[in-house]
Amino acid sequence: MTAYTATVTVRLKRGVLDPEAETTQKTLERLGFELADLRSADQFEVDLDADDADSAAERADEMAQRLLANPTLHDYDVVVEEQAE
Amino acid sequence: MTVAVVQFGGSNCDRDAVRALDRLGVDAERVWHEDGLPADTEGVVLPGGFSYGDYLRAGAMAAHSPIMNEVRAAAEEGTPVLGVCNGAQIGSESRLTPGAFTTNRSARFQCEDVYLRVENAETPWTAAYDEGEVIELPIAHGEGRFEIDDAAYEALVDADRVLFRYCDADGEVTEEANPNGSKGNVAGVLGERENVAVLMPHPERASLAELGGSTDGQGVLEGLA
Repeated sequence: MTAYTATVTVRLKRGVLDPEAETTQKTLERLGFELADLRSADQFEVDLDADDADSAAERADEMAQRLLANPTLHDYDVVVEEQAE
Repeated sequence: MTVAVVQFGGSNCDRDAVRALDRLGVDAERVWHEDGLPADTEGVVLPGGFSYGDYLRAGAMAAHSPIMNEVRAAAEEGTPVLGVCNGAQIGSESRLTPGAFTTNRSARFQCEDVYLRVENAETPWTAAYDEGEVIELPIAHGEGRFEIDDAAYEALVDADRVLFRYCDADGEVTEEANPNGSKGNVAGVLGERENVAVLMPHPERASLAELGGSTDGQGVLEGLA
């Protein structure tokens, strides 16, 4: 077994309104920043032991499908890295 | 006949639901989620509140509580199941009902009375009303915006599964009357079968005449009678 960290990033699907991001963008603009757009996302770092990177990714993918993301609202991606010794 | 009002950590409308049901002559009791549904359960209310502190998404944690497997099984056997506010979020997160309830367009918690137009009066939850009737109920939520993809929305409408839409006092479904940006002003929907319903407004808070406000919520609760 190898120790991996699976990073699951959950984003709103394109076209789904993100009032928190809009509010954040407005406040950045009030602070004088220039920006074209801003999107928010949730990121989860999951430490897990698995036989290989593929099975770690598969387990993290299932976590995203069953809990971390809501398929009506979200897209997600999973990146797996072996933990440093 | 006992209606189980399921109490999760952070539920806070459970007593209101029991009291409103008592008034209608419906035997109801609060049931702690870890205790499971009583054997004589003949109805289920998923009450409002902030289960598990709304962590991750409102309703996401409670939706995976073991008692929800029992609620799902009861729903499949035809037991009436009503989700109100956080209970509606739990219902959609557990896929008992379609779509999702997410952050209000205003990005603020909103606590106000709203008008609702009855879209389908031929369900246990709306039989007390006429189609097109306007009722008044309170809302109290930060994540009540109904979202669903276009194809699923069309299917929902075609199947007559929209129960209520936010409207003005005259029953006009307008953008101004939409408190939270819900798709199609949808405030409540049916599950796959008509014995399962969820809505963001609070019928149990508009059921007791002595509180001096609307009692229009009684009709929804009669779906459990």
